[in-house]
Amino acid sequence: MEYKDYYKVLGVERDASQDEIKRAYRKLARKYHPDVNQEAGAEDQFKELGEAYEVLKDPEKRAAYDQLGSNWQRGQDFEPPPDWDAGFEFSGGGFTDMGGGQFSDFFENLFGGGGFAGGGFGGGQRGRGGFQSRGEDHHAKIMIDLEDAFSGATRQITLRHPETDASGRVQMKPRTLNVKIPKGIKPGQNIRLSGQGSPGSGGGPGGDLYLQVEFREHPLYRLEERDLYLDLPLAPWEAALGTKVKLPTPEGKVDLKIPAGTQGGHKLRLKGRGLPGKPPGDLYAQIRIALPPAHTEEAKALYQRMAELSDFNPRSHLEN
Amino acid sequence: MSPVTEKGLSGPILEEEVQLSLGDLSRACCVEADFIVELVHEGVLDPIEPTRTRWTFTGVSLLRLRKAVNLQRDLGLNLAGVALVLELLEETEQLRSRLRQLEALELGRER
Repeated sequence: MEYKDYYKVLGVERDASQDEIKRAYRKLARKYHPDVNQEAGAEDQFKELGEAYEVLKDPEKRAAYDQLGSNWQRGQDFEPPPDWDAGFEFSGGGFTDMGGGQFSDFFENLFGGGGFAGGGFGGGQRGRGGFQSRGEDHHAKIMIDLEDAFSGATRQITLRHPETDASGRVQMKPRTLNVKIPKGIKPGQNIRLSGQGSPGSGGGPGGDLYLQVEFREHPLYRLEERDLYLDLPLAPWEAALGTKVKLPTPEGKVDLKIPAGTQGGHKLRLKGRGLPGKPPGDLYAQIRIALPPAHTEEAKALYQRMAELSDFNPRSHLEN
Repeated sequence: MSPVTEKGLSGPILEEEVQLSLGDLSRACCVEADFIVELVHEGVLDPIEPTRTRWTFTGVSLLRLRKAVNLQRDLGLNLAGVALVLELLEETEQLRSRLRQLEALELGRER
């Protein structure tokens, strides 16, 4: 078990006042709150903060923690001395601000056992009386391909979720589910799976599982709401004279007519070929003119001939 | 993830296909109904038809309520503070998504 330096986590001195501790916690909590900070690692940092604050804001737990001494280094292998908490009287305590079961082994060892009278795990069900209670809701993020949202495919996903074993230790257990991806789901939306969260207690109903769906980056398409955007390069003569191209869509290739005189930056719309829905989105082919390289004598001669024959001036608007 | 052939679990899209009563919200987030009423008055939660006596909400309200509960508990915010933070977070998310779109566009032009 690794020693945790709760004072370092909050960035305060060991003799900091309760007010200073609260201020430091609030400031860091605002920065790393998982609803505010989307960066990877913010959630872990926020949990660590919550654990440190859980101990240091409570004078009784803080005194017991201080009793361990200040010679420990963060991360050092740690075993609490026997009877380390003897002589401390704890009133209630418990986990007040955060659901239990998400703190480190270090915390569980010191404060999670029987030593703290009246302590106990809120488990995210604070403030609920009665014998029957509904199970906790679970949340997870899953990655799918754009095509899955088009076809409404069934995908196998594996989630890791915390489970409390017989000795009260929390361990991460894998769980595999086959989930039907609803047709037309957009990135960021949630699938609700009723009863797939934590089981209820006392005959109460189970919680729900919410799967927040995100899309893997697609090599061809970009999604805006329900509209798809596809980069479509054309040779200058195709754009100038008009042509027909085979355009890939998530549901197969379609013929697209390119009108003569199409310019780079133009968008051609295929109605209803975007993400399914009511109404479905559209597919936009964004035209880009690709310049043929002048890497052979013949190609250079062709460009030369165009230059001689054409009075085209791309900079006419800069010359007045 | 890999394709599987057998029938799997299915559920509705929370944001589009789910409607919840005040009681559903209260049970799902373990909060008193009064707290939800206060959030409606603060403009954080919008009932589908605010003039009806029995309110129903879309799934978006469930996500907002959950965030509001977390923010209030973890950061000690009052309701006006919660409302402001939620609005700013949504604005930031819109700007981020717009930025991603523009960056993708820029990348397409360079190719």
